[in-house]
Amino acid sequence: MIGLIGKKLGMTRTFEESGRSIPVTVIQAGPCVITQVKDEHSDGYSAIQMGFGAKKPKNTPMPMQGHFRKAGTDPLRTVIEFRLDEGHEYKMGDTVKVSVLAEAALVDVTGTTKGRGFSGTIKRHNQHRGPATHGSKNVRAMGSIGMHTFPGRVMPGKAMPGQYGNKQETKKNLTVVAVDEEKNLILVKGSVPGHKNGIVFIRPSR
Amino acid sequence: MNIVEQMRTNGLRDDLPEFSIGDTITVAVRIKEGDKSRIQDFIGAVIARQGTGNEASVTVRKVTGGIAVERIFPVESPNVDSISVKKRGRIRRAKLYYLRGRTGRKARIREARR
Repeated sequence: MIGLIGKKLGMTRTFEESGRSIPVTVIQAGPCVITQVKDEHSDGYSAIQMGFGAKKPKNTPMPMQGHFRKAGTDPLRTVIEFRLDEGHEYKMGDTVKVSVLAEAALVDVTGTTKGRGFSGTIKRHNQHRGPATHGSKNVRAMGSIGMHTFPGRVMPGKAMPGQYGNKQETKKNLTVVAVDEEKNLILVKGSVPGHKNGIVFIRPSR
Repeated sequence: MNIVEQMRTNGLRDDLPEFSIGDTITVAVRIKEGDKSRIQDFIGAVIARQGTGNEASVTVRKVTGGIAVERIFPVESPNVDSISVKKRGRIRRAKLYYLRGRTGRKARIREARR
């Protein structure tokens, strides 16, 4: 099964009939246009390439414009590939709608997490704070980073400050709460990586 | 209006009366016991309202036999069968959390004059 490219719109909640409140993320999923069909013969593997989101032709390089023209579509902002076994019925220029996810009970959502810049270990690795008073000078500093002459080095993978966020992440097995085929919306339970209006990839869970 | 905002504000229930902080209200709560459901009244003072649209909730405080009970009801929940106002209160705060530390005469809410 193939997935979709979507845009995270925001969060709200819905109620079950039993009165239980479910936090949901609203994602505008598709419609995506198939821009290329790859097969074993021409590319060495079978896949389809799809695009989503309008982009002005003047901001699109000429080779890309030609690529989109072949598929008979306006330039698209995001393009992604999904591996697919041979024998599928997708053709170049086809539109893929959210209905492809209608039967999926669980989906994986991939997005770019919110960028937090160069962050310290408290925010980045959930380490603890030092004492603020009694002469303490390591309020948010990290503690010891290792032992002594032996081993004489810092262990690989030691949690340290650095870039946090703005990184691709996948949240797996999110329950699909509702699919609105008219408005191209999918509601998944819980949160999804990234900020509002961020691009996400949605595919059925394995 | 964006789509999420629409989802939050469209199709809200209109069967609830207007009420505000300090009012004494009756919340008819649907309670499920096994496969039977019945309705139980929870009567108390509104000490806080939070959120808008379908995320709105109301905190109701009641004192029975010296023991205070606070419940937070999501207003749009199907488990809230109905709400009716018993008394209007006159208050000077948006949140009546100060009632928590008080008992007896000090914990009263003045009734609104009409």
